[in-house]
Amino acid sequence: MSLQVEHLTVYYQTLRGDVQALEDATFTIEDGEIMGLAGESGCGKTTLGHSLIRLVPPMRYVRGKVKIDSEELPIWGMEEMNPFRFKKISIIPQYAMNAMNPTRKIGKMTEELLESRKVSFSDTLPELKRRLDMVELTHDVMNMYPIELSGGMKQRMVMVLSTLMDPTLLIADEITSALDVSTQKAVAEMLVEFRNRECCNSVMLITHDLSILYQIADTIMVMYAGQLSEKAATHTMIHSPRHPYTKLLISSLPKVGVKYAEKRLKGIPGSPPLLLDPPIGCRFRERCPVAFDKCLDVPPFLEIEKDHLVACWKEFERDA
Amino acid sequence: MRRYFSRKLLIYILTFFLAVTIDWLIPRFMPGDPVQNMLSRAMLRADAAEVMYGYYTKAFGLDVPIGQQYLNFWNALFHGDLGTSVYMFPTPVTKVLLRAVPYDIFLLIPSILLSWYAGNKFGAYAARSKWLDNTVSPLGYVLTATPYMWLGILLAWFFGIVLGKFPIAGAYSFNLVPHLSWMFIWDVLKHWFLPFASLFLVGFGGQAIGMRNMIIYELEADYSHYLEALGAPRSLVRKYAFRNAVLPQITGLALSLGVIVAGALVTEVVFSYPGIGYLLLAAIQNQDYFLIQGCFLFIIIGVLFANFVIDIVYLLIDPRTRTGMMGETA
Amino acid sequence: MSEDKKINEFLYFALRNKKLRIGLFIVLFFLILTFIGPMLAQNDPFDYVNPGGAEPPSSEYLFGTTFFGQDVFAQFVYGLRATFLVGLLGGGIGTLIGVLIGFTAGYRGGIVDELLNMLTNIILVIPVLAVLLIIAAYLEVRTILIECMIIGLTAWPWTARAIRAQTFSLRTREFVDLARLSGMKSSKVIFTEIAPNMMSYLVMAFILQFGGAILNAATLDFIGLGPTNAISLGLMMQVAVLWGALQLGSWWWFVPPGLAITAIVGALYVMNVGLDEVFNPKLREM
Ligand SMILES: Nc1ncnc2c1ncn2[C@@H]1O[C@H](COP(=O)(O)OP(=O)(O)O)[C@@H](O)[C@H]1O
Ligand code: SF4
Ligand SMILES: [Mg+2]
Repeated sequence: MSLQVEHLTVYYQTLRGDVQALEDATFTIEDGEIMGLAGESGCGKTTLGHSLIRLVPPMRYVRGKVKIDSEELPIWGMEEMNPFRFKKISIIPQYAMNAMNPTRKIGKMTEELLESRKVSFSDTLPELKRRLDMVELTHDVMNMYPIELSGGMKQRMVMVLSTLMDPTLLIADEITSALDVSTQKAVAEMLVEFRNRECCNSVMLITHDLSILYQIADTIMVMYAGQLSEKAATHTMIHSPRHPYTKLLISSLPKVGVKYAEKRLKGIPGSPPLLLDPPIGCRFRERCPVAFDKCLDVPPFLEIEKDHLVACWKEFERDA
Repeated sequence: MRRYFSRKLLIYILTFFLAVTIDWLIPRFMPGDPVQNMLSRAMLRADAAEVMYGYYTKAFGLDVPIGQQYLNFWNALFHGDLGTSVYMFPTPVTKVLLRAVPYDIFLLIPSILLSWYAGNKFGAYAARSKWLDNTVSPLGYVLTATPYMWLGILLAWFFGIVLGKFPIAGAYSFNLVPHLSWMFIWDVLKHWFLPFASLFLVGFGGQAIGMRNMIIYELEADYSHYLEALGAPRSLVRKYAFRNAVLPQITGLALSLGVIVAGALVTEVVFSYPGIGYLLLAAIQNQDYFLIQGCFLFIIIGVLFANFVIDIVYLLIDPRTRTGMMGETA
Repeated sequence: MSEDKKINEFLYFALRNKKLRIGLFIVLFFLILTFIGPMLAQNDPFDYVNPGGAEPPSSEYLFGTTFFGQDVFAQFVYGLRATFLVGLLGGGIGTLIGVLIGFTAGYRGGIVDELLNMLTNIILVIPVLAVLLIIAAYLEVRTILIECMIIGLTAWPWTARAIRAQTFSLRTREFVDLARLSGMKSSKVIFTEIAPNMMSYLVMAFILQFGGAILNAATLDFIGLGPTNAISLGLMMQVAVLWGALQLGSWWWFVPPGLAITAIVGALYVMNVGLDEVFNPKLREM
């Protein structure tokens, strides 16, 4: 098992009180698994991704445990996490376009970063060049400033940089959102290629574009308002979703390729709750067509079939 | 880089052109007759006044058509002719000013460079810890808000009068004749120190605040967060943030030159330091219009030149301008 | 978010911001002094009331007297009034011109922007004081209004730059495009969509102009180019220096005017930082 998360709860501290952006998340990612993390904008996907690698104020660690390769991650400690970052767990951030220092040549920056982690740049260079070839970047980029690269090139460069230490888990946050359709596909396929060549063991692919997940994800996990709703293999998720929210989500997609976050969910009245003061119990309750009194308690995230997890009282009853 | 540079150059040329035009325009189009005015304050005998009136009218070039006057003005300018000083009659204005300029340079260059350097250093430290921030920042705000002349007055009063450690007037002791000796150099430095210190301190405050805010901004930039996410040590993150924060601080310095120069003028007045500021006060009190106009031109030429130097430094330091990828920042 | 809610939220954070509170307190303190000061002052600022010449503060002369025996407190409070007037008017004119030029440049774009931007950059390089003094030197009679005018007319480029950049970014935002597409008139777009979003910048620009005008006026006054008929804090300092207050140790003559300017301008700057934090949630301290 590559990643194991138990009861992870992370809030944002604000003057108005805590924004409960991630509540009691428990799930695992297997070796070699590409897990897609989906959900409407603001449901806590980035929060989950960031809390695993760089948990800084106003984010606040509340409780929970994270293990990577069976070793516990000190995610609550900015300094304590440093040995694990880059080597065990790494990230291609949502802001990949601006992730590189604009006033340093890319090669120079890479060198300084590696040396600061006590890794020899010259030893890594051959592998670095091989990976540049993999993502179809010329070796000249090492002599360029980020501003000389196009958006897609920057994205691929950051992909190479982030995976240079062969991390166990790679978090890829909206890596395709800023790109045009043809580039999106290429970048997604490169990500699979990276996993296949073991440039990283497993991937958490955060996106609000389900079509990308259909293409490359092994499993999909869906979140709603800071809570996990459902996790299953991609095929299962598409053809037989169980959670009421996921069902609506999937059925409301007119056709594959539409970014659902840009559309209000059809047929679901209301909008996601504010996480400053979320409803008790299942947070989907107010919009759920099949809600009943039991839903005032928080449903646990349980395996109802092999590798198919759901957090919904209605589904538990049906199975019982 | 070409484009960036030619744009800047165009601005400087236009600025110079505008400045010279203002310099020419104002005495001619302000209410009142400047020549008459000047002479009436000089309280000359009537016949002498008449001779002088003729002389100045000619000097101002008021007896030829207006277009011609303008061309003549430029022509004289290119020959280094800014008229004759009344207050130091009959020394040409150019000569009077050239005598004062070294004092300004001696005062301004060290204070600008040192306050920039020290201010940036301390500002960067301040961004480092809450405790330092709470001491350096308020100090910085107080210092930038202090009018130059008041700080000068306070320093002169405290170190010059109360403690009696420093002289508070002139560039060197009146009883000394300039010559090369340790004694004389020491004397010059002692006279220089307090005016320098007031310019330094005000500049320091502004730079420290600017740097602190810039660094905090850079530390919150995406590239800093990415470095942190990849486990880069604090020292590397700070190093990058500092380097990137310095760049806007250079541009900022160019933009604040006008304020610094104004500060130098009044500081020289406080310490009777014989630079252009001191001359200016004398020129104003003596209604010496040629001298005032000359001071105006010299100040503008100085500031333009300094801007130009800073631009070149910036070009050398910011790699983005060299690759020609920089957007318009002018 | 509705307007009411926005204003409520603004007040909520504004009242909790320490920098804003401290700055506001200092500015208000001096502002109140300009109103009640002249009532407290027993003498005319220019009258020679004390035949003893320079004397330190006493119960009779709160801030002591000048070399000529004038009441320093009286000069101080009247000078303070001039300081606020210059800040308000000079800063106001500077802000107004800066906003008009910056806004036009940013909103119209194209050649208009090119030209206005060029003008802004030119004026930005010219040292303001140099222009002020050459104008002031040739004006025989200078009133405080003229001083405000020439300060405002030369100090606008900073504001113009900031407002131009802000307008640029607002102009290209979605909601403005939407309003435009739906056929709204230009002026309506400006007043309903853009202006409310610029309020915070206008307030902060004005505060900076206010402080800048005060400092510029002090400089002009100090080199003898201030109003010819009125007392000001800068003039007090000039007279003090020229008449040997330093050598005589009459600190009460030159400390109050400079201290007041420093306190007011410093408080304005601190207020500005506080406002920035209030308007900009990212900067709020948790
Ligand atoms: N810095 C922050 N301060 C307060 N709340 C935040 C902050 N960042 C995100 N949030 C809130 O946390 C929730 C989850 O945000 P995020 O993880 O960015 O969502 P996603 O990545 O799924 O779009 C949202 O409701 C958002 O409003
Ligand atoms: S737990 Fe209840 S409210 Fe939540 S999704 Fe299931 S049925 Fe709906
Ligand atoms: Mg996100």
